[in-house]
Amino acid sequence: MTLAATLAELVSDFRANGRIVIVGASLAGLRGAEALREEGFSGSLTIIGDEPYEPYDRPPLSKQVLKGWVPAEHTLLPRFREVDAQWRLGVAATGLDRVARQVRLADGEQVPYHRLLIATGTRARPWPNPAEAALEGVFALRSRDDAARLQRALAARPSRVLVIGGGFIGSEVASVCRELDIPVTLTERGPAPLVGALGGVIGEIAAQMQRDHGVDLRCGVSVASLEGDAAGHVRRARLSDGTTVEVDVVLAALGSIRNVEWLQGSGLAAGPWGVGCDAGGRAFDINGVVTDSVYVAGDVARMPHVLYEYQFLAMEHWDNAVFGAEVAAHNMVNLEPHYRPHLSLPGFWSGQFGVNIKSVGVPPFGDEIVFTQGSVKDRSFAAAYGRRGRIVAAVTFDHGKWLEYYARLIEQSAPFPPPPPGWDRPDVMEPVPAEFPAPGVPTAIPDVVLTGHDPNERRAEFRPRGH
Amino acid sequence: MAEETPWQQALRYTNRANPYPFYAELRKTPVARQPDGTYVVSTYREIVTLLHDPRVSSDVRKLPSRAAAAVEPGAEPITEAVIELEPNIITCDPPEHDHDRRMMTRHFFGPADAPHQISDLEPDIRRIVAGLLDGMRGKTRIDVVDEYAYPLPVTLICKVLGVPLEDEPRFHAWIETALDALDFGPEAASEEMRSRLAGARRSVKELAQFMAGLLGQYAERPGPGMLSAMVHDGGPDGRMSEGVLASNAVLLLFAGHETTVNLIAHSVLTLLRHPEALEELRRRPDLIVPAVEELLRFESSVQFWHTRSAVEDIDIAGTTIPAGAPIFLVYGSANRDPQRFADPDRLDLERPDNQHLGFSQGIHFCFGAPLARLEVQVAVEEFVRRVENPRLVADPPPYRHNQIFRGPRHVLVDIDGIRD
Repeated sequence: MTLAATLAELVSDFRANGRIVIVGASLAGLRGAEALREEGFSGSLTIIGDEPYEPYDRPPLSKQVLKGWVPAEHTLLPRFREVDAQWRLGVAATGLDRVARQVRLADGEQVPYHRLLIATGTRARPWPNPAEAALEGVFALRSRDDAARLQRALAARPSRVLVIGGGFIGSEVASVCRELDIPVTLTERGPAPLVGALGGVIGEIAAQMQRDHGVDLRCGVSVASLEGDAAGHVRRARLSDGTTVEVDVVLAALGSIRNVEWLQGSGLAAGPWGVGCDAGGRAFDINGVVTDSVYVAGDVARMPHVLYEYQFLAMEHWDNAVFGAEVAAHNMVNLEPHYRPHLSLPGFWSGQFGVNIKSVGVPPFGDEIVFTQGSVKDRSFAAAYGRRGRIVAAVTFDHGKWLEYYARLIEQSAPFPPPPPGWDRPDVMEPVPAEFPAPGVPTAIPDVVLTGHDPNERRAEFRPRGH
Repeated sequence: MAEETPWQQALRYTNRANPYPFYAELRKTPVARQPDGTYVVSTYREIVTLLHDPRVSSDVRKLPSRAAAAVEPGAEPITEAVIELEPNIITCDPPEHDHDRRMMTRHFFGPADAPHQISDLEPDIRRIVAGLLDGMRGKTRIDVVDEYAYPLPVTLICKVLGVPLEDEPRFHAWIETALDALDFGPEAASEEMRSRLAGARRSVKELAQFMAGLLGQYAERPGPGMLSAMVHDGGPDGRMSEGVLASNAVLLLFAGHETTVNLIAHSVLTLLRHPEALEELRRRPDLIVPAVEELLRFESSVQFWHTRSAVEDIDIAGTTIPAGAPIFLVYGSANRDPQRFADPDRLDLERPDNQHLGFSQGIHFCFGAPLARLEVQVAVEEFVRRVENPRLVADPPPYRHNQIFRGPRHVLVDIDGIRD
């Protein structure tokens, strides 16, 4: 038998008799499972999820669900095909033993695998003071239950809502509050909302949009403390500028934390930045060596992108979860030379204050921005981000139909600024600094140290910051 | 005389029933300059690229060649007649386009928080379709165009817009006359086509006047339908000017049924040509949604579009389309492009990833697509379910003259009866 025939047999044997475990039962987990079956995998498939629910869609949670248009439980993801999986829902994975090839569950069970897909995503970063976070009326927003609780709180018509953090979730929730005619204060530590994702130039437009819709927007301030009443319900927030805001609902929209704790000790390159993997979704071990049996997809994955100087990017976007999972699934049931890369351009959308915001590429990778179409005044425009004379990203406000054009320019590393449109030109078409804040350094990142003296024995190891 | 280009041959009336071999030839040069300076784009990827390129204008007023008579000699006068109207949403660019389309969207689909005006029409559609099929009882031969494909969309669009159905014979004649005179091919120069032009221009004017009159009546006395609502719109975008509204009303009336007529007729024709697909659909009626998408791909109701031009030089597929050049995007060819659709000449009701261009793409994506889909889904589903043993009488059937809105004039079918 030739080697090629042996390998082909190996693949077909794995597809028929292999055992695959997916940890994470949200968008990436589900689409990965469907893609595995689509690829002809007919072996055993187990999907583990810490939430008790079947996979559901998260984007509506901060929009239609909060408005009360759609009940939180009506967000189940459509199923594109039978996945014929054993679902272990409502039980978290708590550990990974790569030597024994087992996933440990919170109930003590060990689930064996031949190949593993990690799609554990992220969770909302909680309000850092546990006592304050436990006050009645203090919310985070990530899960379906979070959305249901916050929706009920909004439906009770609070006197004022405080949104802490002007990222997408915070801004969308502020928008919903205004649509429901609920007074809302939004605090943002940076100079404007959305600056982290889209920079200060766009942030300024977003800030004006919020104020025009009646949001009490406080930029450059943070919340020092939350205070409750005797019954343990939040009543007041003290801000860093010394002012106080009387509120009875608080949303902590502080970004996300990647769900990697369960991978501690697994020897994977997993940390606060995500789980490192190659562009085919194959996880790196702690030494930066690619593994053959562990794959990563979705928000928790961090992989190099050819268009962005091969930098490792974690893309917490809906599309990334779908396409990344499909690529990982394909590679899980194939061998070289049939591996596929996940090279799709990052992209996201948001709906707020009646405007549809869409982006393609990686805006923070750019250092300049130029308005290319439409009108900033009407909040209906397209803008491109550039770096060293190349276009690297674009954002649109109510101009989403043009995004495909910019995507193509980005894919071709086309010159920045892009050629002017034939019509509907903005008043000013000069590139200006995009005004991204300096990247923050997560404080919890552990040290990575090398151990061993013999070059053959050298290994990397995580050391928690010792203080 | 120089040999005709594949594009010119595709436009010849004799090739109307099957332009596809010429499209295949055309695709060998994805962006092909024609002798008259028009750039004809025939491949999927290049068309999609240009549909999203903000250096492409859809505004006929921006065609410099219009004055220079660089467009087809036959096409020019009728285009001129249309230009005398204010621009409508498919012949203008942002920001006008965005503003006007947004206003129309609200009245067509319903407000943002209740966008179900179109889906609410389903019972009407089912009732009309049932009535048309009931009317065929006792017949052994039917004309799918006149007795089925035409009456449904025209009845619907009149209801949606608020155009009295009694006026149908008048506007039908005007539209027919105008469509039959529009020609972008070598036959435009013929005596026959030239003689049609005067009548066509008159027809376009009469149609516009008819519409302006109707809008005037609604201005005085509000009535049912979208047009009256738009006349009285007090929304955030203000009211559309009379001229622009009249022009868009003409567009909605005409495009709101002609394309659907052709799609229903072509769908029946195509299914009768593919008995195994017909049988499959009969057995699995739930296939109707992907089936209609495939039928949209297979025989596109809008074969190409002719009002675009390059505002700047555009480099594409190894060619530079110079600023000012007219651009024709041939959707009918893109939909058969083997680079995009595997085995494109095969009808596959379950074709995966079927992102056809039957409704175009980008900002000019078919405004009425949701209504068209609903009408055609019901019409085809019910035809397949109720008509017993349908057989084509003539293949190919006779075609209408128009090259853009390509469709059969008649589709005669012998039948054994109508099921309940």
